[in-house]
Amino acid sequence: MNAITKELLKEVSDYEDGYEYAYNIREDGICAGRKSTENIKIENKEDNPGLVIRINPGTKGERVSIPACVTHGNVDDVVYNDFYVGEGADVLIIAGCGVHVETGEPARHNGIHRFFLEKGSHVIYQEKHVGTGRGLGIKSIDPVTEIYLGEDSCLEMDSLQLGGVDKTLRQTSAVAEKGAKLIIRERILTDGEQQARTEFDVEMNGEGSSVNLISRSVARGNSYQQYRSRIVGNAPCAGHSECDAIIADNGRVDAAPELTANDGDAALIHEAAIGKIAGEQIVKLRTLGLTEEEAEAKIVAGFLK
Amino acid sequence: MLELKKITWNAPDGTEVLRGVDLTIPDNKLVVITGPNGGGKTTLAKMIAGIEKPDSGEISLDGKDITELDITERAKLGISYAFQQPVRFKGLTVMDLLELAAGRDLTEHAACDYLFKVGLCAKDYINREVNDTLSGGEIKRIELATVLARHTRVTVFDEPEAGIDLWSFNNLIGVFRELQSTLEGSMVIISHQERILSIADEIVVISDGRISASGAVDMIMPQLLGGESNCEKCPKIEVRYNGGDN
Repeated sequence: MNAITKELLKEVSDYEDGYEYAYNIREDGICAGRKSTENIKIENKEDNPGLVIRINPGTKGERVSIPACVTHGNVDDVVYNDFYVGEGADVLIIAGCGVHVETGEPARHNGIHRFFLEKGSHVIYQEKHVGTGRGLGIKSIDPVTEIYLGEDSCLEMDSLQLGGVDKTLRQTSAVAEKGAKLIIRERILTDGEQQARTEFDVEMNGEGSSVNLISRSVARGNSYQQYRSRIVGNAPCAGHSECDAIIADNGRVDAAPELTANDGDAALIHEAAIGKIAGEQIVKLRTLGLTEEEAEAKIVAGFLK
Repeated sequence: MLELKKITWNAPDGTEVLRGVDLTIPDNKLVVITGPNGGGKTTLAKMIAGIEKPDSGEISLDGKDITELDITERAKLGISYAFQQPVRFKGLTVMDLLELAAGRDLTEHAACDYLFKVGLCAKDYINREVNDTLSGGEIKRIELATVLARHTRVTVFDEPEAGIDLWSFNNLIGVFRELQSTLEGSMVIISHQERILSIADEIVVISDGRISASGAVDMIMPQLLGGESNCEKCPKIEVRYNGGDN
């Protein structure tokens, strides 16, 4: 494992000179370390590059980290990881991704993650993306996340990208069965010429299922962000999506939520707000002794926390 | 001592809002500014905090001319301002705001003290975002707590009673009474409320952009509460609907 990977691992995952729980480190498309535990088994996928991660039923309080790092230009890494979460398990999954470029050549990581949650299981899924290096090569991270939520299962996804990624297309789709619950919290900051596109597509098929999508983003410089969400209620269910964006400089944001109720008892709500930082927020913090610049920085940091 | 001399200010549409206000806020006193709506009270409060700048006149703090100082500079000199309609922030927590106000990291115990003083249980609030989920009464109290955490020379409260329920209001009076008894600076409260007026050391009446009366509570209160028909500050307004008397 090279030094750049170590630095990236510290930024995007819970790496501290190693991992305490199960893990697999992917470096420039190759496995740079792996550990399975009694309850969490990590194996190579047979049909494609990637992993099959099986979490035993009833596993509680454990975690698995599967970071992927691209440490130089001229790499286009595609990986397929499948997670099978057994009945009643309750685990933390950390899938960070870092891309580092020192040259003019592009680098891309495309992680296709599928989650199969069995009855009553609960997963917290953390996904943190970062781009580093002084190279002019375009750094891209294009995650695809497919989630199958079995009866009464719950997945909470925290997705964070706070800089350095030039282009990203993030596609997340989910199907929720009876009583299943999906919560997605997304935070994105773009600057310069960066572009970020987010697509959510969620179908609630089971009675009592619910989804809550919360996206907060800041677009600065000449950056551009696009938000698309589609929530479909095919049963008595509850869906809520919330897209808040702060724009600064010449930043642009385009948000288009879509709600479809195919059942009379589907309750779907969308809230969206795009705008500059409210002037009164800056005034309030200035009355506490902050300068205008300090106030803006605090407001943005809090918003993306 | 805070002094305002011959302050004038016109609204962007040209309306004369302040027409030459002379006002002195002595140290360690609670001064309540009252008067009819549209008389210029909130504008005056904003002048003190630097949110608005006068068209003419001078503002000084302890003899130092602060007229040209901006909001941040005045805050650093020791002027605090509690908003009539507190600002909400997505993402910033009550603890974040209290720490920004105090200008340092706070222990949970210290933050608790500020929240306790405004009648909030810290456990329920400290990690809550200062967003739309807070009620009018809750956010008003948090606003007061941020001002308490600043602990400054001059504190201006703009209509602290606005937007809160009666129960919260009763507690609010208690907060001001306690502040008054431990006062280490001046307090200016903009208010219409008789109960807030009654705890003032001095009442200043502003109407039509000028100070029309000022003095001790005993002197001013009877004039203000002199009855509906003969109170010049609150003239009875005849409302007519569809041309008929009502």
